[in-house]
Amino acid sequence: MREQILSILEENSRIAVKELATRLAADELLVANELKAMEEEGIICGYHTIIDWEKTSIEKVTALIEVRITPQRGQGFDNIAERIYKYPEVNSVYLISGGYDLLITLEGKSLKEVSSFVSHKLSTMDGVLSTATHFILKKYKDHGTVLSKGSEDSREIITP
Amino acid sequence: MRNPLSEKIVSIKPSGIRKFFDIAAEMDDVISLGVGEPDFDTPWHIRDEGIYSLEKGKTFYTSNSGLLELRQEICNYIKRTQNVVYDPKKEVIITVGGSEAIDIALRAMVDPGDEVLIPQPSYVSYEPCAILADAKPVIIELKAENEFRLTPQELRDAITEKTKILVLPFPNNPTGAIMEKSDLEAIRDIIVENDLFVLSDEIYAELSYKEKHVSIVTLPGMRERTVLINGFSKAYAMTGWRLGYACAPEVIMQQMVKIHQFAIMCAPTTSQYAAVEAIRNGDDDVAKMRDSYNQRRRFLMKAFKEMGLSCFEPYGAFYVFPCIKEFNMTSEEFAMRLLMEEKLAVVPGTAFGDCGEGFLRISYAYSIEKLKIAMTKIGKFIDKLREEQK
Repeated sequence: MREQILSILEENSRIAVKELATRLAADELLVANELKAMEEEGIICGYHTIIDWEKTSIEKVTALIEVRITPQRGQGFDNIAERIYKYPEVNSVYLISGGYDLLITLEGKSLKEVSSFVSHKLSTMDGVLSTATHFILKKYKDHGTVLSKGSEDSREIITP
Repeated sequence: MRNPLSEKIVSIKPSGIRKFFDIAAEMDDVISLGVGEPDFDTPWHIRDEGIYSLEKGKTFYTSNSGLLELRQEICNYIKRTQNVVYDPKKEVIITVGGSEAIDIALRAMVDPGDEVLIPQPSYVSYEPCAILADAKPVIIELKAENEFRLTPQELRDAITEKTKILVLPFPNNPTGAIMEKSDLEAIRDIIVENDLFVLSDEIYAELSYKEKHVSIVTLPGMRERTVLINGFSKAYAMTGWRLGYACAPEVIMQQMVKIHQFAIMCAPTTSQYAAVEAIRNGDDDVAKMRDSYNQRRRFLMKAFKEMGLSCFEPYGAFYVFPCIKEFNMTSEEFAMRLLMEEKLAVVPGTAFGDCGEGFLRISYAYSIEKLKIAMTKIGKFIDKLREEQK
């Protein structure tokens, strides 16, 4: 049941508990309790909205930053990762296998703001060996949702 | 000039859906729950294989029966889902949709005067195909109180000395009814005793919401007297690819292949390559779509219950078949007013046989958002009707 609840929520986090219960043929109270439990257990960490900022007049710049770091004795990568993710402008921090260690996504108002973060805060941090910053030019698909175009029902209106 | 037409063809009624379609298609902003095909796009990995086969220049005829690779995969699929073995070389044919399989199976098996039992409400093509094959269609009217399943008594009552074939259209379009294993067992002896053959149209097999679908070919003695029909349209959302198949004992299959060879040549090659990918790696897609349909099904049942519209709970396909007899209108009148007054298109039950009178076919191959809007419209409409009746 949890898996089913999660897969529906992942598509639509605004769904009412009543509808959720109907769609899963489950008791409403049971579903509500499961939701609460999953929130408390940290399985559900938040309810977000997918926004195509490009369609607004608000300027936003998103960057992916590859970071190579020296792991610290006894702490591994965790300590530095924590120092990085505490910055509110940092959207996500992942430990990655391969040519570099951390992948950071960062949102800023402008190119300048992002590059200032990288040069002043990130690259000067103890243990950070190097960074490579990639700016996102266009988002085609985000969180499983295609942002560019809506799909139209191209079926005939009535078929046997 | 002489009459250019065949009397047999002229005598066949055009599909009852057509008239309704013409009116609905002319209107703007119509919300339709009238479609008999999935709302999902064909999963991308399947489309990609089709495209890839084109890139590689696989643009030639396949053998008449279809790609052996695909026939082999179909046999694997039936083995793993029904535990029944078919010989891919001699007992399988790839057809242009399930529809072609229905047509050639009937043509291969009946002589003039043979009777074909057709339970209704059911898909629109069995009756005309039987007529085209010079057989006599005999309708069995299924009942709402039996959840539109075929009962042993109904079957027995319809059999005469001339009865040769029983069409078994389950899971059913338009009712959503299924025949569970016990239901099939109950009619199995009657079929064998009367030496009937079965045309089992299982195109909606993967869309069963109770137990896993059980085919009649799993019952003792039934494999040798059954033509099993299935296809890719509903399970994998591949309607436009036009690809179905049939499995039958060699003696029947040989003749089916003959008709197919002369009338069709072979099913579309690109579709066949895509279908290999579908049946090999598409189980997860099917499961996902089935889950989604099932949620919508429950949503509609709940909505009907709340508006007090009577409807048996269907466990198959993607249709619900609510009863509208309380409003003292024909299905067609109801559907027409619903279309005119609420701009909501559904299909009158009578499009699937006279015994569909008093019912509507509502498809849930639509997003929940669309279904919500539609249910509001129906709710409003029947409130109005009940008000008028007072």
